[in-house]
Amino acid sequence: MADREVRPATAGPRTHVRVSQAAEGRRPAFEGTSIAPRIVVVGAGPAGVRAAQTLLEAGIRPVVIDEAARAGGQIYRRQPANFRRSHEALYGTEAARAQAVHDGFDAIAAAVDYRPDTLVWNIADGQVWTASEKGYATLAYDALILCTGATDRLMPVKGWHYAGAYSLGAAQVALKAQACAIGANVVFMGSGPLLYLVASQYVKAGAKVAAVLDTSPFSNRLRAAVDLIAQPGILADGVALTRALAKAGVPVLTGVTPLEITGDGDDGVNGVRVRLGNGTERHFTADAVAMGYHLRPETQLADLARCEFAFDAKTRQWLPKRDQDGRASVAGVYLAGDGARILGARSAEVSGRLAAFAALADLGQKLDPLTLTHLRGQVASYARFARGLATAFPWPHEQAASLPDEVIVCRCEAVTAGDLRRVVNETGAKEANRAKAFSRVGMGRCQGRYCGHAGAEVIAACANIPVEQVGRLRGQAPVKPLPVAIAPEGEE
Amino acid sequence: MRLAEQDRAPLTLYVDGQPVTAMEGDTLMVAMLAGGRVLRTSEFGDGKRAGFCLMAACQDCWVWSEDGGRLRACSTPASAGLRISTSQPGASWPTAK
Amino acid sequence: MPNPVSVSDVLIIGGGLMGTSAALFLRQRGRSVTLLESDLVGRQASGTNFGNVRRQGRPLHQLPLANRAIAIWRRANELLGADVEYLQSGHIRVCYRERPENIAKMEEYATEARHLGLDLELLTGNALRTRFPFFGPDVLAGSYSALDGHANPRLTAPAFARAAQKAGAQVFENTRIIHAAKQGTDFVVTAEDGRTFQAPVLLITAGAWGNKLSQQFGEPVPLTPRGPNMSVTEPVPYAIAPAVGVMTPVEEETVYFRQVARGNIILGGSTRGPSYPDQYRAYVLPQNTMKQLRQIRRLAPALANLNIIRVWTGIEGYLPDSLPVMGPSATTSGLFYAFGFSGSGFQIGPGVGETIAELIDTGTTPIDLSHYDIARFRTAES
Repeated sequence: MADREVRPATAGPRTHVRVSQAAEGRRPAFEGTSIAPRIVVVGAGPAGVRAAQTLLEAGIRPVVIDEAARAGGQIYRRQPANFRRSHEALYGTEAARAQAVHDGFDAIAAAVDYRPDTLVWNIADGQVWTASEKGYATLAYDALILCTGATDRLMPVKGWHYAGAYSLGAAQVALKAQACAIGANVVFMGSGPLLYLVASQYVKAGAKVAAVLDTSPFSNRLRAAVDLIAQPGILADGVALTRALAKAGVPVLTGVTPLEITGDGDDGVNGVRVRLGNGTERHFTADAVAMGYHLRPETQLADLARCEFAFDAKTRQWLPKRDQDGRASVAGVYLAGDGARILGARSAEVSGRLAAFAALADLGQKLDPLTLTHLRGQVASYARFARGLATAFPWPHEQAASLPDEVIVCRCEAVTAGDLRRVVNETGAKEANRAKAFSRVGMGRCQGRYCGHAGAEVIAACANIPVEQVGRLRGQAPVKPLPVAIAPEGEE
Repeated sequence: MRLAEQDRAPLTLYVDGQPVTAMEGDTLMVAMLAGGRVLRTSEFGDGKRAGFCLMAACQDCWVWSEDGGRLRACSTPASAGLRISTSQPGASWPTAK
Repeated sequence: MPNPVSVSDVLIIGGGLMGTSAALFLRQRGRSVTLLESDLVGRQASGTNFGNVRRQGRPLHQLPLANRAIAIWRRANELLGADVEYLQSGHIRVCYRERPENIAKMEEYATEARHLGLDLELLTGNALRTRFPFFGPDVLAGSYSALDGHANPRLTAPAFARAAQKAGAQVFENTRIIHAAKQGTDFVVTAEDGRTFQAPVLLITAGAWGNKLSQQFGEPVPLTPRGPNMSVTEPVPYAIAPAVGVMTPVEEETVYFRQVARGNIILGGSTRGPSYPDQYRAYVLPQNTMKQLRQIRRLAPALANLNIIRVWTGIEGYLPDSLPVMGPSATTSGLFYAFGFSGSGFQIGPGVGETIAELIDTGTTPIDLSHYDIARFRTAES
């Protein structure tokens, strides 16, 4: 408890005051000139909101582009305007933070050049390309701060394409943004903090949770404790969630191996079959499954901006390279929040500020080094916690090798593990993009968001090479589907 | 399955010509699924789909509007009078032989 | 000098469709073959093009070669032991209202082409719109080739390479040749990592990189690398059988589309993008995608409702007269070329391989290669 009070909960008032004091004696380098630097922030979640605030405080009016109708991102996703539940009901222990992010953005929405319901679908030659109901447009930038957030990370299991199977994030969005449960009797399966969080949110909201099935052995958490203790408040919250589930009579099992989501293509999900830690098989009846293995960053825009990536061995995924403040390998591009690496919403607020400061510094503004050190220290602490999470709830890559051939790996194209293995064996394709060219894994509408990681693990296991050698799927525009009908904004 | 916020203004949209009652603030996806389990049939024979991520990332929930347009159900607000077709309208252009 | 990794009858530099098909047909003729590819086979022009398998629209002098090729396409799956998704579902090219003179051009071409084995049907007005209801109101007339079609470029050259390997060809990928020269009776080529390969006959099928090699034999050519402008829609119910293209002198208007059996509609054409052969990179410029979509909407308005889900490009080699370099070297005996197909190499590819293999093996071929002679680029200095 004492620890929590010592560290500021957010990059909030204290830091703000420091920045103002620092800026008082020094004008931004560009003040007084007729040309203000054009800074574009992509994403209005916690990272984007804090980045935009920081820029405004420095006298810059950024463009803030967000795909959603309302700011907040996913974890702090807002309900529609005519819903009435309180922030406590929606966000639980994070209610105050969510409120701060929402209020923070609402206070600046009129001061920034805010473009909601707008997709950035490509980046080229110092311009972002946007698409909205009005059509497409370009925006030139001097600095680009990508705060593109994350999605769930999925490992396929037989039957995961049936109606009624959803990601953990989806189960949470259904509740937060639509006041719905994904089913009348839901199994939660996978690993990571979201598994427990969403399941307990469902219980609290009055939904029926059939079971919580964690693929990670409980003992992992003990090994992870040394890093998890970096964020004792979050750790305590997590422990409390698990206890609440048990108290509600929800079976919570660890060390579980998913075998199958049972059901069929017409009627959808009717349950989940797993192997327990003791080797026995068990079937849980359910009409919906929420599954996921923590998160993966949305890095497509960083890729299109030609940022370099590096393989992160701890989480077995490719991440865009960044310096400690979020500068990407390409000058003028900055990465913040879960879109750069998964450190959570609290860290996103801090890294959003850091990225904005980095952009300001690169544009000539002098910054207070103490502020930066303080913020960097906070991120480092969240990074340590994230390492603990990766230890406690690892990506179950070994499941890829034992996926039966008939399991669909690529949902969009209905390509099975067997199809992918056949391509590896018959053509020798061992690199992600080559295997995609021959198997179609990654060619569908989602552009590899939900099949990319698992596909790489299947290839690696089949070709008997380290997953790093498989490489990563290269991003191609548009990052999300664009209508052929798209015309320039302002054209009929 | 609806858990709360049940007293919002109703609205009616149409799926394959049949009226579906939803509420102001619903996404098209929730409106369609509140009545049944399914949004579309997979192109590749693996059965019915009902969306997956609810955050406009997986692209699994695209449906057809009756005028031939495409709508992503999880990110499209349900609106009165919307007419959805679960199969592609006008796909039967005679193929040249 | 290190010992060569391989000594064979024929060395081929460039693992695209030309090189891989030549490798297979040379093996069928009993020649030993080593194929060298700087990256992975079939990755550039051969793998990223539109996939049109059309004879219609080719220069009349090229039709015999195209006819050779179509015979191979029709038995491709059997020949290769793999499905390259060849669909003989027709090809139609249309012209717009503002260029009515194109109708006469189409008629003229159809008359000549008939003599060379290509039967075309001209359609206008109601006949056109009844058969092909998806055309926009600006489309004036179309020339329909029932026996043309399309196939999957991503799969084709790699399938030829595997078939060639099964037949005994040696294929070395990730082998970039930086130096080639004739030493005595043999060609010796050297890879980046120092490996060497040797043969009395050298075939250069290196696409946009062909000039780097031909100039080492005193035969530079004005080769320009360009990136095809490609997009694809999500899969939709199959409804469009023929491949469709526009006949126009304006590059921006030159768009085409084809629907694959799985349902995706592949869109290509309009302004091409930049490519960087030295970095093996090419980029689709978003403004070119926007131009392409506008042209597609004009050509087939109903496609406006669909979503495109990705774009791609590759590296193609273009020559100023849009004809390839193909045939023997003008300076060095035992040296042959087939590159620079200027965005029109896919359909004739298997025919090119068969013809070059015949030329190398027997010293002659009935196919007229005079238009493709590398000597046409000889300048006063060379």
